[in-house]
Parts: sequence; C-alpha cells; structure tokens
Amino acid sequence: MRITQGCFSFLPDLTDDQIVAQVEYCLSNDWAIGIEFTDDPHPRNTFWEMWGNPMFDLKDAAGVMMELKACRKANPDSYIRLNAFDSTRGFETVRMSFIVNRPKVEPKLDLTRTDVMGRRMDYTLKAMR
Amino acid sequence: MDSTTTEIRGKERYKAGVLKYAQMGYWNGDYEPKDTDVIALFRITPQDGVDPIEAAAAVAGESSTATWTVVWTDRLTACDSYRAKAYRVDPVPGTPGQYFCYVAYDLILFEEGSVANLTASIIGNVFSFKPLKAARLEDMRFPVAYVKTYKGPPTGIVVERERLDKFGKPLLGATTKPKLGLSGKNYGRVVYEGLKGGLDFMKDDENINSQPFMHWRDRFLYCMEAVNKASAETGEIKGHYLNITAGTMEEMYRRAEFAKELGSVIVMVDLIVGWTAIQSISEWCRANDMILHMHRAGHGTYTRQKNHGISFRVIAKWLRLAGVDHLHAGTAVGKLEGDPMTVQGYYNVLREAKNAVDLERGVFFEQDWGDLKKVMPVASGGIHAGQMHQLLSLFGDDVVLQFGGGTIGHPMGIQAGATANRVALEAMVLARNEGRDIDAEGPDILRAAARWCKPLEAALDTWGSITFNYTSTDTSDFVPTPAVAV
Amino acid sequence: MTDTPDASKAVDQPPATVDLAVEFAASGVGEILDELDRELVGLKPVKQRIREIAALLLVERARQKLGLSTETPTLHMSFTGNPGTGKTTVALRMANLLHRLGYVRKGHLVSVTRDDLVGQYIGHTAPKTKEILKKAMGGVLFIDEAYYLYRPDNERDYGQEAIEILLQVMENQRDDLVVILAGYGDRMDKFFASNPGFRSRIAHHIDFPDYSDDELLHIAETMLEGQNYHLNAEARALMAHYIELRRAQPLFANARSIRNALDRARLRQANRLFETASGPVGAEELSTIKAEDIAMSRVFQIAEAMSDKAAS
Repeated sequence: MRITQGCFSFLPDLTDDQIVAQVEYCLSNDWAIGIEFTDDPHPRNTFWEMWGNPMFDLKDAAGVMMELKACRKANPDSYIRLNAFDSTRGFETVRMSFIVNRPKVEPKLDLTRTDVMGRRMDYTLKAMR
Repeated sequence: MDSTTTEIRGKERYKAGVLKYAQMGYWNGDYEPKDTDVIALFRITPQDGVDPIEAAAAVAGESSTATWTVVWTDRLTACDSYRAKAYRVDPVPGTPGQYFCYVAYDLILFEEGSVANLTASIIGNVFSFKPLKAARLEDMRFPVAYVKTYKGPPTGIVVERERLDKFGKPLLGATTKPKLGLSGKNYGRVVYEGLKGGLDFMKDDENINSQPFMHWRDRFLYCMEAVNKASAETGEIKGHYLNITAGTMEEMYRRAEFAKELGSVIVMVDLIVGWTAIQSISEWCRANDMILHMHRAGHGTYTRQKNHGISFRVIAKWLRLAGVDHLHAGTAVGKLEGDPMTVQGYYNVLREAKNAVDLERGVFFEQDWGDLKKVMPVASGGIHAGQMHQLLSLFGDDVVLQFGGGTIGHPMGIQAGATANRVALEAMVLARNEGRDIDAEGPDILRAAARWCKPLEAALDTWGSITFNYTSTDTSDFVPTPAVAV
Repeated sequence: MTDTPDASKAVDQPPATVDLAVEFAASGVGEILDELDRELVGLKPVKQRIREIAALLLVERARQKLGLSTETPTLHMSFTGNPGTGKTTVALRMANLLHRLGYVRKGHLVSVTRDDLVGQYIGHTAPKTKEILKKAMGGVLFIDEAYYLYRPDNERDYGQEAIEILLQVMENQRDDLVVILAGYGDRMDKFFASNPGFRSRIAHHIDFPDYSDDELLHIAETMLEGQNYHLNAEARALMAHYIELRRAQPLFANARSIRNALDRARLRQANRLFETASGPVGAEELSTIKAEDIAMSRVFQIAEAMSDKAAS
C-alpha cells in the first residue's frame, strides 16, 4: 500500500535530479534540510529517526544529496523523508516535507475497530508488514 | 492617500458652517490619531445637501457618545476622550457623492476581548442614520494593546499543519454534495471516497445541521468511520469538518463534545451563530485541541454592495480577533464574488504577522497583529483542477482549496475527482519549486501530468474551459481591476 | 514533470564551431581579470597564472560543447606563499571566476583551518569535516595552513581521518566543489611529499611572492584611501622607511603587517588630534596621517636597538 504522506506522494517517485531541484528551492528560502527515516508509517508517528541534525548554512544541494545517499545505503528498505525547517518568526516550523525513499514492499495499516457505548467506535491503526 | 487636489480642508469647513455634530466636537481636522486609538474607515454617501464633514462628524458621534441633542450630563464626564473624532474626509476616487471618512476612537471605549462590544460600538447605530443614504465600514486598525486582549485562533496555521503533518502545499478539501437529503450512511460514503482519493478534508455545508433526513449524531458516526478508514488506506491524517452549528450554545457544545470523543481533528460553525457564540466555541476549541472551521454563511448580505454594509476585510479582522482557524475568504477565479487583488487583501489580513498599507488590495491601514496566530483561508466555490496554477499563484501554500463539484462531479467517480485535484496540485507545486513560470506554463504542466493520470485528463476535458468571468462589485477604488479569469 | 522534448533534441546536436571571443565576453571572466589587475597591487606572476587557468577552462568548456571532452577537469589548487601575500583575497576572486565559467554552481568561499575540520575526540572528526564539506559544496573550500592536518609525529592524530574524507570528496565530487590548500611554500612542499594523494589531485599550483617595498607602500596608500585617509609627504617618506625596517624584523606578514601598522597610526592620529586641537578641526586634519603618527612605532625603536647592538 502506497503511503501518501508528504508533498509529492501522488506523483511518480522523484528522481535524484528532481530531489535536487526541490532542495535548491528550500535552500533559496533559507530553510535547513533534515533527513529522517522510519519503518513505521503510522500517521501519528511524528518523530522519525534523524539522520544527523538538520543541515544549516548550506549553499548547494550536493551536501544534502551526499547525506541522503549515505542514509539510503544504511536504510535501503525504510521510508526516508526530507524536511525543510524555517526559523522565521511566526513560522518556526517545517515548511516542506517529502518522501525520497520507500521500502520495496510497503506495510499495510491495519484498522482495528472497538465497539464503545452508544454505537461509538474506537479506531486503532497499526502498521503490518 | 493622494487626493490632495480635492481634499476638503477641515478647519475652514469648521469655521464656515453651522455644523451640528461637528460643533459638538466630533470633527477635528487637526487630530493626529494616537498609536492606541482604534481607527475605522467608513465609506459614506451623505443625503443630498448634507455636508460630508458634518456627515463624518455624525458617524463619529453616532458610533460613540452622541445623542441627537446636547445633554448636560456630558459635563459629569471627561467627555472629550469618549467622543470619537472624525479627522479626515477624502472623496472616493472616481465616485462622486461618496467619501472615505476616518474616525478615531479612544481605547477606553472598548471592552477587552469582546467582539460583541466592539461591533456594538462601531456598527451599532450608524448604518441606519437618516442623514446618510448609505454607509460602509471599509477597514479598521486595532492598536496592539487592544489586539492583545484577544486570544485569536485556537490552533493557527503553524500548529494545524504540525498536527496534520502536512507541509509545503495547499490543503485540499471538498464539500459533500448534494447539500441536502443524503442519509448519514450515504453521506459518509461521499466523505470516504473523497478522502481516500487524495483530499485532506471533506466538509459539511453551512446548512447541514440536524434535519429530518440526517440526524447530526448519525452523520458524525458515519463521517468518522469514513475518516478513519481513509486514514488507514493512505497513511495520512484526514479530517471532516463536522458542522456543530445549532440553535443553542448548549447544543453546540454537546455536538462539539461528541466530535471530540470520536477523535475528529476539526469542527465547524457558521458565521450566522453570532460573535459571542463564535468566541465561546473558540474557547472550547482552544481547551480541546480542536481546529475551528468558519463558514462565512450570510456575509454576502452585508459585504457585497460597495456603498453599504461592511467590507469582508473587516469581518476577516474581527474573526481573527474572535479566534477561528479556517475562514472562507474567496477564490477570485471561482463562482463567488471577489476580484483577485481584493481577495488577496483578505488573505493577507488573515495570514500576515503585520499588514502594510496596500490600497490596491484594499488594505488601508498598517496592522500589527501582535503575534496573534494566523488563520488559514479557504478558497471554495466553483473552482476546478484546471485552475490549479492560478490558485497556487494567487494564494500560495497556506490555503485550503475546496473543490466540491470539481471532485464529486467527476465523470469517473469521486475518488478519481479527488485524485485529479491532488495530482494537479502536486505537479504544480513541484513545477513552481523547480522555478518554472506556472502562470504561463500552468496548462502545459497540467496536460503533462494528465498524460499519466487518467482522472486528471478527464477533469481537464470536462471543466478545462469553464470560467466565471463576471465583473466583481467589490473592487478596489485605487486600481483598474482586471478581468477575473485569465 | 520537466517534459520538454524539443529542448532536449536541440542539445543532442553539438555545434560545429565555438567562438572563443564571444564565449569569453559572455562568461564575464574578463571583468574579473580586469578587476584583479585594477584592485590587487603587484602579484604579477599570480595574475599571469590565473589568466592561464581562465584560458584553459574556457577552452575546456568549448571542447565540452563540441563533445571533445566529457570529464570535469580537476580544479583543486594550492596557493603557496608567506602570510599577507593575498592568498585569501585571490581565493575569493577565484571562486567567483570558477562560478562565472560554470565550474562551481554557487561560487561562495568557505575558509577553514585544521580546527574546523579535526575533532578533539574519537568520532568527532568525520562529522566535523563532512559538515564543512557540505557547506562548501557548490563553491570553494579554502584550507589555510593545510599542512597542520598532517602530524607525522602522532600516529593516532585525527587529522588523518579528515585527510581521507577530503581526498575522497576531492576525487569523487569534482562537480560539487573545488578545494584550495594554502600555506607557506616550504611546509606545503613537505606536506605534499608525505601525502602523495593530495599532490596528485592538485591541478594548479600558484606561488604568491612577497610584495616589494614599493608595492607595500602602494598597498598602504590604497588601504588608507578606502577609509578616507591619506599620508602627507613626510609621512609617506617615513612609511617607506618603516616598511624597509619592518621587513627585517620577526613575524613580518606583508600586507597584513601594513594593515596593522595603519590601524595603530590611525589610533595615534586620533590621540594627537584630541591632545593638540584647540577649537574645531576640519576634514583635512581629520583625514591626514602625519609623520609623527608613524614615527612613534616600536619598529623604529627595535631597529635602533638592533643597530646599537651591532655597533657595540
């Protein structure tokens, strides 16, 4: 099942050239890029593992691509995403985020329903490999 | 403002006539507004023969302390500071008989944190006042000291995005159609299809409350089943704006609580519930981590006509103070009123930390929002995937684009409609970030994506040529307004 | 989504000829070379080498256009010379020049020393070096006193780790950045001798000669001009003498020594104006450095002491 989190999940997977162009866009906005990876695509799994700190003061996408390459090599069968952080007052948050690596076979999110009072339902999601 | 040639000189006018409200002290052409004053800008059309200065003074009087005659009890108060002061009157460019009149109000005139009190003062009496043929509240400036008495949006754009884990592009939504008659189960089907197909939000319409064909509780249950199932199918956080608008506050809270119990991330109210109800439900949302969606139902009755009523930019400012997270603010390219620049002005009012004076977009005052959170504007009504480049170019990333008919009316089904919109959006954002000129290349970019995305191809073939190219009534007085659709 | 078949077809057919003069004008390299000539005093051999490199790169670019070569040429350089001979200044211009010619994408300069690259503890060096490399990508990495990276006396020195990472990137990511190693000539020679990996990856060696006395005086006057000061005739003569004496004394650093001397002269001038002025002072007085502002320098006392010693 294709997880559609991030900016470009409905498009064909981005090529490295396309990733470079997006990173250049982020750098031109003075955003710092962080690389994160995980095996658990649960939508509330907020904190993916950081592949090092976000990279500040970069001028060119090559630095990001060097780290992405290393991260892919170490985690070939994980989800990897690039997050762009903006430190501008009033934002101070992620301004863009997109997936740049997926497991060969993506897990399925299993939905468990638990009956509660008055026809209410409690829903639980769990990634199943 | 550069209307130097025709500007009416306050002092001479003051000396020349027997101007009653002006004489009472509601006109002061030399007054310099203080940083702590609330300022209102009215567009007035005096009755024939009524002097604009006197009319302006009357507006100041009727929106502050005045009654129709002098009362001795004024002498018991520091009445100078309670009087609003009209301090500037400019003829409206190109519109004889209309004047922009600026009125300053001392901060003491307003209760802290109460839009009801603010509006009772500013628009309480004056719009029925006989010496004016018509009056319109065009814009307001609030001192930061006053802004700080409000809590503003309970969630704000930044936290909403973090909570939804969605960044870097507009959010997508659709209003469930038909508006009326669907049972809860059928209704939930539409919600599921839209969300699974790629939308972030589905939405109740303004008049979906709890009618005989669909009880609210039933709707909530089926919609949340749809939301959770779509979440499991996509790995994304999804939402449905559950409309909790009801006849009493007690009932609204009941519905809000149920939405919370079901795990909804968002609830919705209509503008017609009134300012106090809006501020109350905003409080509730803040206490319960709930995003508050505001449908501006009814606003057209007083915002649309240019000579009388209230500009939507003022409503937007009041709603940012009152505290909503989403607000329908126009599409510029869709079926509903609003020219592109004026609509951009509304968006700026909702989203900027500080507004600069921008007459072309109808923003008359600098406004510092004192770190009040930002409201996410919603563009909804008669828009479709073929306009994606225009929408992105006009409104940027922080907006919810809602394609109701443009999703549900898709020839290949609702999911396909949603997918078409999502693909169009992502392809356009990708291209924009790559540095391409989407205004010029937009249609090509869409066609290129349609080559591998059948649903988008079908959407473009169905709606590609539809535009709503009517002249807007509410346009800026300071620029020639271009045609709506390009 | 960048689907433009027509444009890509055009690229497939290489042109038959290239007009070097047009290429030269279009690249804007001429402006940089003129600027170098105009703004940097002396450095004749350096300027000559840069002209040669620019010509080579321009031709290389033309050859690529005609499909005669495909590989990115090695552009890493070494700048050798004594302190204050303009290595950093020239590196900045070089970054700009490489950018205009399209050999680096952004054209910025990141200037570092050993401390920026090498950590104090195990495991610190690789992240530090990579951090710097990432920042330098798209531009030029300037490593001053590069020989400090290599400490043959300590086998477990972490500098070796930095060297290995640098070499790898210098070889594999020639498109992404250019490295300039800088330092004293003799020590760089030793460094290259014991690190053949570096030697083989450096394409251009540029040697920065010491400035002549006349050139240093010219530099002094240019520096002052930039700050709206000037030397009067006596001060100019004394400055010439100062330069002659300073060169013979320890820690002489060419233009850097001149800058320091002028900073102190401005300080003395300010003091003099405070102590002597009675009434308002004009622009002329405020911007004139006089002989006495220079004469107080320790350089003259030291020189005197040295000649006394020699005499006794």
